[in-house]
Amino acid sequence: MIDRGEATDSVRPPAAHSPKKPTKPAAKTGRFTSTNGKKAVMAVTGAIMVLFLIGHVLGNLKVFSGAQSFNDYAEFLRTAGEPAVPRRTVLTLVEIVLVLAVGLHMWSAISLARRAAKARPVKYAAKRKNQAGGYATRTMRWGGVIIVLFLIWHLLDLTFGVANPAGSAGLPYDRMVQGFAPERWWVTLFYAVSLVMVGLHLRHGLWSAVQTLGLASGRTRKGLQLAAAAFSLVLVIGFLAVPFAVMIGVVK
Amino acid sequence: MSGMNLTLRVWRQKGPDDEGRMATYKVEDVSPDMSFLEMLDVLNDRLIVAGDEPIAFDHDCREGICGMCGMVINGVAHGEQRATTTCQLHMRHFKDGDTITIEPWRASAFPVVKDLVVDRSAFDRIIQAGGFISVPAGSAPDAHSVPVPKDSADAAFDAATCIGCGACVAACPNGSASLFTAAKITHLGLLPQGQPERDSRAKAMVEQMDAEGFGGCTNTGECTVVCPKGISLDAIARMNRDYLSAK
Repeated sequence: MIDRGEATDSVRPPAAHSPKKPTKPAAKTGRFTSTNGKKAVMAVTGAIMVLFLIGHVLGNLKVFSGAQSFNDYAEFLRTAGEPAVPRRTVLTLVEIVLVLAVGLHMWSAISLARRAAKARPVKYAAKRKNQAGGYATRTMRWGGVIIVLFLIWHLLDLTFGVANPAGSAGLPYDRMVQGFAPERWWVTLFYAVSLVMVGLHLRHGLWSAVQTLGLASGRTRKGLQLAAAAFSLVLVIGFLAVPFAVMIGVVK
Repeated sequence: MSGMNLTLRVWRQKGPDDEGRMATYKVEDVSPDMSFLEMLDVLNDRLIVAGDEPIAFDHDCREGICGMCGMVINGVAHGEQRATTTCQLHMRHFKDGDTITIEPWRASAFPVVKDLVVDRSAFDRIIQAGGFISVPAGSAPDAHSVPVPKDSADAAFDAATCIGCGACVAACPNGSASLFTAAKITHLGLLPQGQPERDSRAKAMVEQMDAEGFGGCTNTGECTVVCPKGISLDAIARMNRDYLSAK
C-alpha cells in the first residue's frame, strides 16, 4: 500500500533546529532602493517613455502627408527652440532624458528580477499554474529584453542609418521608404513582432505603473486595465501603419 | 460506498539541513467528505502503523481562520478551490485515480523546518516592525469615543481578515510578501487609531519585508487569487501610496 521510498526511513529530530536566518541584517534600503522604491522608479521612467512613444507615433504618421511634411517635421525636431537656443538643444535634452529613463528602467528591472530569483531558490515540482496573470504579465522581463534588442536595431537602421539602404546621409523619408521596402520584408516582420511585444509590455506596464504609484483602487482597476489594453492596441496599430503602408506601396 | 484511490507525491525533508525529495504514496478508500488534512491524517496513521515517519504539516484550528495550514497542492497554494484554506478544502474536489502533488511554501524567507512545515517567523518580524498602534494603557475606551466612517471600518475589516498563512508569498512568482504586508498597513492605516504611526509603519514594514529577502511586487495578481481571505490588490496600492508619501 505504501511506497516507502528513501524519504520515509526513521527521522532524527533535526539537531540544533535553527532555520537559517540572516544573522547580519540585510543592507538598509533607502526610499528608492527598496523594492517599492525601485518599482516607483520603473513606473516613472516607464511613463516618460510612454510620453515619448505618443510623440513618436504622431510624428511617424506625418509620412501619410507626404515626403515634404515628414522631412520638415524631422528638421523641426532639430531646430526646435531656435534661435533662443542652439540647434539640436531641445532634441539633445530629450535624448538625455530618454537614455536616463531607459537606463533606470532596466536597472530596477534587473535588480528586482535578481531579487525575485533569490527569493525562491527551490522551484515547485508541480508546474505552477498561473491563476491570474495573462500572457502580457508573464512576458514583461523577456519582452523587455526583446524590446532592447529591437531598440538597438531600430537606432542603427533609422536613426544612424548604418543598417539602412539609404545610409546615414539619406533623408528621413527615404530611409523610411527604403528601409521597409518589400524586399526587406524580414525587417518589417522583425518590427511587427517587436511592436507587438511593446504593446504587450504596455498592456501590463501602464496599469501596473498606476498601481505601483498607489493611484489605483478597486473601482478604477478594471477600467485602468481596459484603458491600458486599448491604448496599447491603438499605439501598436499607429506604429505598424507606416511600415505596412510602405510595404504594400501606399507610401513610396 | 467506495472511496477514492489517490496517488500522492509529497515533499519529504527530514530537517532544515536535509536536501529533501518527493516521495510517492498510495491512499485508498478516501471519502469525498474528508478534508484535505483528514486525508493526510489517514495516510499518516497508515505510515505510523507501517513504522514510517508521518508527514509533518502545520495545522491548528481546521476552521479556516488560524492561518497555520498551507501547502501547495498541484502547483496552487491551498489548492485550486478559491478563498479556501487547505483545511477547508474537501476531497470531493478530486477524482478517483488522481495524482496529487503536495509541496511546502517555497521562499527563501520561509525555510523548510520539516516536510511541509515552513518557518514563517519572517511575517512576525514584519508585524513587529510596524504592525501596531500606540494606545493609552488602562481601561477599555468607550466603543464610540473615536468615530470611524462605515466604509473605512468595512475596508479595514476586510484587510484585517488576513490570517498570515503565507499563500501570497507561495503563489507570487517573485516570492513577494507585498499582499501580507499591505493588508496590515491597510487595516491600521484606514482607522483613526492607526494614524500616528502611519508614515513610520509603511517605511518600517516595507524595509523589514525587504530585509527578510522577499521579492518585489510586479502586480501579477497571483496572490489575491489564492488568498483564502480574498485580500484585494487595493491593499498593495495603498501600501505603495503610504510608503512613497511617507515623511
